[in-house]
Amino acid sequence: MTWQPVVGLEIHVQLKTRTKMFCACANGYGGGENTQTCPVCLGLPGALPVPNRVALEWTIKLGLALGCEIAPRAVFARKNYFYPDLPKGYQISQYDLPSCTNGKMLVPHGDEDLEVAIVRAHLEEDAAKTTHVGGRSGRIGGAEHSLVDFNRGGTPLVEIVTGPDIHSSEDARRFLQLLRQTIVELGISDAEMEKGTLRVDANVSVRPEGSGELRTRCELKNMNSFRFVAQGIDAEVARQIAVYAGGGEVVQETYDFDAASGALTARRSKEEADDYRYFPEPDLVPMEPTAEIVERLRAELPELPSARIRRLGDELDHERAGILVTGGLDRLYEATVAAGAERLPAANLIANRLAGVAVEDVSPAELALLVEARDRIPRSSLDDAFDHLAEPGFSAAPYLVQEAVSDTSELGPVIERIIAANPGQVEVFRGGKEGLLGFFVGQVMKETGGKANARIVSELVRERLAG
Amino acid sequence: MAITREEVLHVAKLARLELTDEEVERLTGELGAILEAVGKVAELDLSDVPPTSHPLEFVNAWREDEPRDSLALDEVFANAPQREGDLFRVPPST
Amino acid sequence: MSAAIDTLRLTAEEAAGLLERKEVTAAELHRAYLDAAAERDPELHCYLRLVEEPVGGGVPIALKDVISTQGIETTAGSKILAGYVPQFDATVAARCKAAGLPTIGKTNTDEFAMGSSTENSAYGPTHNPWDPERVPGGSGGGTAAAVSAGLAPWGLGSDTGGSIKQPSALCGNVGLRPTYGTVSRYGVVAFASSLDQIGPVARNVRDCALLYSIIAGRDERDSTTVELPEAVRLPEGDDLTGLRIGVPKELNEAEGIEPGVAASVRDAIELARSLGAEVRECELPRSVEYGLACYYLIAPAEASSNLARYDGVRYGLRVDGESYAEMVERTRDAGFGDEPKRRIMLGTYALSAGYFDAFYGQAQKVRTVIAREHAAAFERFDVLVSPTSPTVAFKLGEKAANPLAMYLSDLLTIPSCMAGLPGLSIPCGLSEGLPVGLQLIGPQFSENTLFRLGHALEAALGFDVVPERLR
Ligand SMILES: [Mg+2]
Ligand SMILES: [Zn+2]
Repeated sequence: MTWQPVVGLEIHVQLKTRTKMFCACANGYGGGENTQTCPVCLGLPGALPVPNRVALEWTIKLGLALGCEIAPRAVFARKNYFYPDLPKGYQISQYDLPSCTNGKMLVPHGDEDLEVAIVRAHLEEDAAKTTHVGGRSGRIGGAEHSLVDFNRGGTPLVEIVTGPDIHSSEDARRFLQLLRQTIVELGISDAEMEKGTLRVDANVSVRPEGSGELRTRCELKNMNSFRFVAQGIDAEVARQIAVYAGGGEVVQETYDFDAASGALTARRSKEEADDYRYFPEPDLVPMEPTAEIVERLRAELPELPSARIRRLGDELDHERAGILVTGGLDRLYEATVAAGAERLPAANLIANRLAGVAVEDVSPAELALLVEARDRIPRSSLDDAFDHLAEPGFSAAPYLVQEAVSDTSELGPVIERIIAANPGQVEVFRGGKEGLLGFFVGQVMKETGGKANARIVSELVRERLAG
Repeated sequence: MAITREEVLHVAKLARLELTDEEVERLTGELGAILEAVGKVAELDLSDVPPTSHPLEFVNAWREDEPRDSLALDEVFANAPQREGDLFRVPPST
Repeated sequence: MSAAIDTLRLTAEEAAGLLERKEVTAAELHRAYLDAAAERDPELHCYLRLVEEPVGGGVPIALKDVISTQGIETTAGSKILAGYVPQFDATVAARCKAAGLPTIGKTNTDEFAMGSSTENSAYGPTHNPWDPERVPGGSGGGTAAAVSAGLAPWGLGSDTGGSIKQPSALCGNVGLRPTYGTVSRYGVVAFASSLDQIGPVARNVRDCALLYSIIAGRDERDSTTVELPEAVRLPEGDDLTGLRIGVPKELNEAEGIEPGVAASVRDAIELARSLGAEVRECELPRSVEYGLACYYLIAPAEASSNLARYDGVRYGLRVDGESYAEMVERTRDAGFGDEPKRRIMLGTYALSAGYFDAFYGQAQKVRTVIAREHAAAFERFDVLVSPTSPTVAFKLGEKAANPLAMYLSDLLTIPSCMAGLPGLSIPCGLSEGLPVGLQLIGPQFSENTLFRLGHALEAALGFDVVPERLR
């Protein structure tokens, strides 16, 4: 039997507002432990939450970018549970009336786009940070204990929940890259998994290909890069297929994925089933965004990455277009083409050589010159040029000229050797028999395996013998 | 509307209350009586009535995204049962 | 000079006059109340702690111990907050400070304001100045008894289902539960957020209005607050011409209303008629029949969540354990008294899976019904009147063993609380030598109307607010 993976994702995005969700403490890293705390985010008696307008608007903006319906009325609820990093004993979170529902994201995919339903996107507050310390073998002596830093507590988080529409780890990765790029371009989050400003959990099940059923799913947590998400999904899919192949049943469970070992570890089941006792947060009033607010936010949306992949995919291919767009490189690509570069070589050079580079300062005109000269100049020059391309004031010209200069340094010693080894011929050449130039050039070409530029070599030799 | 001893123990677990046997015994009786009384709300057929979660009908109360001073560390820890460095120390949470 | 200050009779307005005319200093005034407390508080136990040095040059004030006061221990009557010293002021405390009112002390309360007798305080009960064998009502029995016994000219309480109005009635004070949302709850230890309101307790209606004007108005730290639609007017005069008073049958004829209470209230209503008011009977059938059940689902549900923050991590009591969970469970078992535990259990149950719709969800709908019934009544009337409490002050211990009997103390105050409406209680006579409270309920933001009616009746009734045994 062929099994089809069925994957839905839950993504938490930490918003980069200036202040926290419900208090005016600074939001962000850098402060000393517990220095970004106040009565509200410490849950002191009597403290009350007041929502951050910008966080509310950014949630709507993200919802619009994901094609969601924006709720005319959104309500915060309390999710009740005890944990040391949850100072009030409840998390304030939108629940049955979230700001954004019913969206979808298209990941352009050549023949067949990947369409992922966005079930909801809701706003909530983040928990604080608990560190587990000690134990008999711990670094710090003494009793096992936990330490809590409330700086992160109360940071605004948007939780995005997708439908179970993803059927391969590769599609999960593509979707996440596009989602991340969308979020980054909206300017609402840095969305970096390594820093925890973007967190992904995956709900994974498998089914017989073509069956359409939804079987028991397991949740994967603790994956801190897109690659690990993909690896985790592959591992869990393989595990579930093996369970079914062995005649067993998959049991609903939450797993931590350890990327180093590839192991899935089931989390200890809690003593009592989760019962979060949600109810409307009585310290807050509902949000009813006006049409003016929603339309203003809609008007602020840039052309979205998904649309750009589709557009570029028509002139390149969707694979290359996807790499350029999710790498944040497509605008540079378009400008470079506009500056005269050929499309495909420009796309390839940019995708291969500028991934992960901050390209804001790259001049498309200079880049276009490099694209044009890519086969004429030595590889080392091209490498060197790309190393410095993103520096302010970069000019391609020296690299294009350096071709000759660097050739001189490479060819010079060879020419010297040939001249030294053939004093007689030098004498004859200087005596006026200029036809001997071909002899010298031939020797140099032979010495360099035919790779030297004959025109340049002949010029160099003439120069040398004339001096 | 009776509540069983098991339900009382379950609710106590959710509410993180370590009750003594005597308390469990007494609360089982008291809560049963109270639930009997408050269960009266079920007499009304209110299928068409919207719920009220707040007595004031207004919306959109928020603040601007402007930072203000946080507490100083001595204020943060003024009432802390156990402090380690600039962190709150608690028994192991895992 | 301070020997001349009769703290039993001096109103806040008169005290302000003495200060303004420099007939006394703020320190002398403050000392006079501390002296009175030294004399009478050992018997009454109104205060959990006193503030020796006045901060501010105005009329001193007593604050219920649910109100956070920077640098002054605030326990909400609970062991779990023993030793907790807030690092910030509640907005109402800050507004009193800004108005120059020095805090005399923090007053006793039922633990987390849960109760109707102040017997649920972890620090021992408060006694009624009219008869120390009786309760002062609750939860704000400390403030009410302090004002009644001349240990403060005025004070602040908090009211969830009657905690200002009912003790005011039982101690012979004027107490206002304001319209929900007009007074900030920021920094006030929460009981049930959609019901809690902070309000003034005083010796007459004008003082009550004055104190309300100091604390009311939108607070950017409490997003459920609103600006007052009109300024507070200090009431004057006694003409009630044109005022339409409704007398809800169910609130005035409920089972359990003592005959002496009913009689006093009837007389007061007749007096209002004689001052020009139009008085007619009306009905609130479901509000009274279902109000108490509705309240005892919604308030405990919210309380179960509001009290989750007392976990021994950041402040308050900690009882150690091997694990975080064990520490929290032990801390909460040791720190909470019986009534908070009962309500946490009840509220947790009402919100838990499988019961939400039948209990909490249904109670929210009943709340809509109650609000609609009141709104309909206020199309015909400006004010509704009834007894505040079905009974006069009862004996300590009388209801302590029976939670349900105790809950009935708030039968008449709860319905309007559920609807977020303001209510004023004024003393309207004696029954068996103990004060009877008259409850005046108006539509949202009608405080000025309540003050007008309360003031006119107060003048006409001539009730002596000083307990007979202290005269
Ligand atoms: Mg979440
Ligand atoms: Zn804060």
